[in-house]
Parts: sequence; structure tokens; C-alpha cells
Amino acid sequence: MTSPLLLLGDEAIARGAIDAGISGCYAYPGTPSTEILEFIQGWQAKHGDILHSEWSANEKTAMEEALGMSYAGRRVLVCMKHVGLNVAADGFMNAAVTGVNGGLVIVVADDPSMHSSQNEQDSRYYAKFALVPCLEPANQQEAYEITRLGFELSERLNVPVMLRLTTRLAHSRANVRTAAPLPQRPVQMPDNARRFVLLPGIARRNYAALVARQPEMIRAAAESPFNALLPGADRTLGILAAGIGFNYLNESFGGPCPHPVLKLSQYPLPPELLKSFLESCDEVLVLEDGYPLLEEALHGPAGLNPRIHGRIDGRLPRTGELTPEHVAKALGRTLPPSAEPSPLLRQRPPRMCDGCPHIDAYKALLEALAETGPGHVFADIGCYTLGALPPFEAINSCVDMGASISMAKGAADAGFLPAVAVIGDSTFTHSGLTPLLDAVYADSPITVFILDNGTTGMTGGQTSLATGRLEQVCAGLGVAPEHIRTITPLPKQHAENVRVLKEEIYGHAGLSVIIARRECIQTARLKTPGRKT
Amino acid sequence: MKKIDLVLGGVGGQGILTIAGVIAQTALRAGLNVKQSEVHGMAQRGGAVEAHLRLSPETVWSDLVPTGTAAVVCGMEPMEALRQRHYLAPGGCLVASTDPIPSGADYPPVADLIAELRKTPDAVLLPAAEMARIAGNARAANMVLLGAVAARLKLPEATVRAVIADLFKSKGDDVVEANLKAFAAGQDAASY
Repeated sequence: MTSPLLLLGDEAIARGAIDAGISGCYAYPGTPSTEILEFIQGWQAKHGDILHSEWSANEKTAMEEALGMSYAGRRVLVCMKHVGLNVAADGFMNAAVTGVNGGLVIVVADDPSMHSSQNEQDSRYYAKFALVPCLEPANQQEAYEITRLGFELSERLNVPVMLRLTTRLAHSRANVRTAAPLPQRPVQMPDNARRFVLLPGIARRNYAALVARQPEMIRAAAESPFNALLPGADRTLGILAAGIGFNYLNESFGGPCPHPVLKLSQYPLPPELLKSFLESCDEVLVLEDGYPLLEEALHGPAGLNPRIHGRIDGRLPRTGELTPEHVAKALGRTLPPSAEPSPLLRQRPPRMCDGCPHIDAYKALLEALAETGPGHVFADIGCYTLGALPPFEAINSCVDMGASISMAKGAADAGFLPAVAVIGDSTFTHSGLTPLLDAVYADSPITVFILDNGTTGMTGGQTSLATGRLEQVCAGLGVAPEHIRTITPLPKQHAENVRVLKEEIYGHAGLSVIIARRECIQTARLKTPGRKT
Repeated sequence: MKKIDLVLGGVGGQGILTIAGVIAQTALRAGLNVKQSEVHGMAQRGGAVEAHLRLSPETVWSDLVPTGTAAVVCGMEPMEALRQRHYLAPGGCLVASTDPIPSGADYPPVADLIAELRKTPDAVLLPAAEMARIAGNARAANMVLLGAVAARLKLPEATVRAVIADLFKSKGDDVVEANLKAFAAGQDAASY
């Protein structure tokens, strides 16, 4: 037996997928999912170029590229954070209807407590919505093993399979033992390529077949080695523990739980299993990291059942991630005494790095807009979102990838001028191209300020797909070349940068793009020769 | 080695993950089960960061250390030590650097923070940056604190030193030596 590796939950999934014989992994960086493809890239660097591992433009293209690889008969992984699944949702929902050829596993890393996100949506609802199986490992070893199961299920049931995890597992390391790797599969046409043509007549047949396969998916969950009914003598309470909820349960008792426990890591669940569990105990506590999905299912449509406890009845907080303290309290366990928060504590929010090019970009923008005052800057998602905080307080929106440009256009359509969009280069290639096309078509009087640091900075410096080509991309979409301006965000260029911004914001009644180009200070430092720790 | 829970606090970029990584590797080599929970993403950008580390010969369940149970809380900075203090078990040891990184204009006087940290009966407060400089590498303050933590947790010294040497091997012998000296300085300062 090989010695154990110390792997993040993300890395355990990546290694599990490699050992399951994938031929490619597709992803766009997003916390807490980024380390999956990064691990595979690191693997490639050591073991040779054996599979596809380049970043995709966004989660939608990643999903569709993965479906293409599946069509070609090979196993493929696609990874994203929870809000990325919104971007990929069209492909995801319809891949459930086409079915797969090579096994297709979609990893979605949810972020309850919103450590690095705009919401805490629970991706298990998407799996239910698409009528596909969902796997939710409890720990790193299960994350490794359940990934291989995901590919087997995907091929056996002819559906994409979701693997859902949350921040805590994604970003925690533990011992993982690996199994013998499987070879990659050969390229092979689907038996019936017509099923990928979702014309209504075919889609209706496929959808009926997907619905007809539900009992088989439920049976797979009933027989899953990752779901377990653990007996307990004290039936005054039963505990339903999904994913990492199972860990906090065991932590609370510090040994065997005296109550019956239903450990759940694979959906869709057999309804009769939940029903019989509920009937076998006086009361049931539901531990799940995310929305109260199982808890709602237990209550059913007839209103709240007072025997069921969890996030809905307030036994656990309705929002935020599960913690060992919340779970211990919900179980009526006594917590050890701990120090009260000191009155000397001050907040320490994240901030832009010293020397960050965004700082100079914001200083110039604030001065250029001084005569208008605050309220006119629609921004986007990345390090530059920190421009919302003091001392800059320079931006007025951050909603979803690409929304800066579309919201600025909408505001301008309403007669709200000036309207400025601030967007990073990687976010621009992710979801800024299509709203820019809207603005080109309308010659919308907005100024799009692209902060081009040549990388995907917030997630640690991954490839940005239009580095060095942003002017051509904008011109190609139809922005007038004389209104595509490039500036260098440096303190010594400040006056010049303010002048360019003012010319385009106030001096041009149509669409302008200003590119502020200077390399991310973090990626620049990594390239400095002779750097020592 | 027995069961150990540890919480580390610092400011993004200070190297708490390096400390956590060295201890985790040490435990792995000693045949223990490990869980090492990290903070990534937005919080890395100069914000407060924390890492939880759990080592045990038994199964480790929770990835997070429950409050009031850590044998050691280690702060790379006085305010950040204070921020994690509630994880400390009664009788546990608080290790902290006394070098402040002001969070803003309202950052309290360092003397007040140190006085507050001294309310923990077993507090090891070290001028880590100065100690690292004397050891030969001003950037090795995290190794000073690691030394103090290793002494208090009675980690197997030879293994920890081997892991540190492996970690810095690619940067040259002088870097390895300075980091090992910084580690030893922290060990000495925290030994009874």
C-alpha cells in the first residue's frame, strides 16, 4: 500500500479524476474550486502532457467543451464555483437531456458564509432541477473515491453527474490514500449521435428517458457505499447528516453517536428511506452545509412538522456554513469555555496590494469623475471590487461577472450619465464581450474602463485569455478605434490618465473603451529573479 | 505524538500556511492523521487569515477546531493573535509575535494589545522579526513562531527540522540554514 498523500478536498477530486482516466479537465478559476485544475496542471508538469488542462474563457464554454469531450467517448471533468454554475446552467441542464458518451462529472464548489462570493446558493438544487445524481463527499478520502464513482455512474446511467462540495472541504487538507489508476478511454463515437441533437422531437424522447431513469438513480443512491444507516440505541433523536455535516456530528460526541444516524453523500434519495427514518425516531435533526434542502423534503408540502429540527426551525442558523459549535449546540452538547472577544479587536478587511495597478487606475477615475460626484461607476468581480472599500469607495455595483458593462448601458439607456463600467481583463473575456456588443450596436454613451493586469488576479494569477490582444478584441467587436485608448496606471502618469478619462467620459457622446494596462504586482513579483523567502 | 489542535492567525501574506504546512508534514511523517484547513481567495489580500490544524492518531472528524479546545493559538501579529484567542483551551498556550501590522488609523497602542495578550496565563510573546534578523533572514519570522509552537507542542524536533530543510532546499543552503536558526531561536525562547 502506498503512503498517504496530504491533499486538499479540491486536490483529492483532481487526483481521483486523473486516476479515473480522464482525458481532460475544463474550468474557469473561482474560489473555492480553483485548486482542482491547478493540481491537474501541476500533475501535467511532472508527468507529461497527457490530458487537456487549459483554463476556459468561462464556465459555460468549459461545460460545453467538456460535453464535446464526452461526446467523443472520453472521460472528462469540469469544475467551477457555485455561481459559475449559473453561467454554465444552459449547457448543464441540457447535457442532462442529451446524456453522455464518456463519463462527465461536474464539480461545483459552494461557498456558504460567502467567504469569497456574492451569494451562498446551494448547487444540490441544480442537480435536482436537472434530474441528475449528486455526490457530496464528507471528507478528503471520500472526495477521492467518490470522483471515480461519479464517472462510473455517469456512464452507467447515461447522465452527467454533479459532485458538490463546500469551502471547508475544498480548502482543507487531509491524508488520502489512492487506488490503482485506470487508463484513458479511446475516442469513440456515441452509439446514437442523434440524441445530442435537441430538436423538440428528440428532446422529448430524451427527456422522457431521463425521467424514466430516475428510479435507477434512486436505487444507485440506496445501494451507495457512501450512504449509510448507522444504528443507535437512543431513538428520541435521529440525525440526518449530509456531506461534512457528518464530521461535525462525530466531533460533537467525540466518539460513537448514541442516536441513529443517516449519513448521506449521494442523491437523489429514496423517499421511503427518509420516511422510514423519520418514523423510526421521535425527532430528527438535519445537518447539511448549505440551504435546508433535505429538511424541506422531510417537512413535505403539509407545513412544518414540529418533530423536525434544523435550519428552518432555528435549531441551527438559517444562513452561513455549519460549524462545530453550531452543531454541538443543536445537539445540546456543552461547549468548553472560551475567551470573550476583546474590545481591542478591529476589523482587518482585505485590500489591494501595495503597488497594485488598480490603485492608480481608481485614483485617476475618482479625479476624472470629481465634477460629477459619486454614484456613476458600475463595477465587476475581481480584486478591483475592493475599490468599494475606503479609502477609494470608487464603485457602486458588483453583481455578477460582466454586469458592469450591461448595467452601465442600462443606466445610460435610462438617461443616467455619465455611466462608467469598470471591469478586469479576465472578467471581460469571461462575460464582458457580449454586453460590449450590445453597447456597440447602440453606440451607447458609456465608458468601459478595462483594468488589464494580464492575469486572473483574485484567484492567484491564472491565465487571462486576451492578454496582449484587448484592443484588437474591442475593435473586432466594433468599437471605434479612435475611442479605444490605452493608459498606464502609474503615479507619474496620473495627470495624463485623468485627461484621457475625462476626454472619453465627458468629451465623447458614444461608446469608449479605456484600457489601463500594467501587470499585477503579485505575478510581476513571482517573475522577479533571485526572489527568496 | 498525541492528539493536537492548533489555530494560526495572521495577515494575508505573512506565511501562516507555511507554518501549518510544516507541522502537517511532520505529523504525516510521524504516521498521524491530519486535517489542515486554510483560508484562500479574497481574504488573502492583506486581510485577516486563519488556519486550523488538527493532528491525531485517531480519526480527525471536523476540519475546524472547535472554540475553547486548541492546545496552542499562534498569532503572527498581536491583533491577529487576539482575534483567534477564543479557540484556546483553558490552560493552553498563546504564542504571538509582538510586531504590529496596523489595520488602520484606529489600531490600538501595541502596549495595550500586549497587556491584553498577557491575560492568558501561558503567553509566549516574541519580537519575531528581530529574532529572525539575528538568525540571518528577516523574512523568517514565521520560523521563529514555528519554533515556539513546536517546543510547546513537543513536536519531534528532528522531523520538523527535516521538513523545514526540504521546504527551503531549492532556495539554497544559506536560506535553509537561516530558517533553521530562526526555528531554533523560537524553540529556545518557548522552552521552559
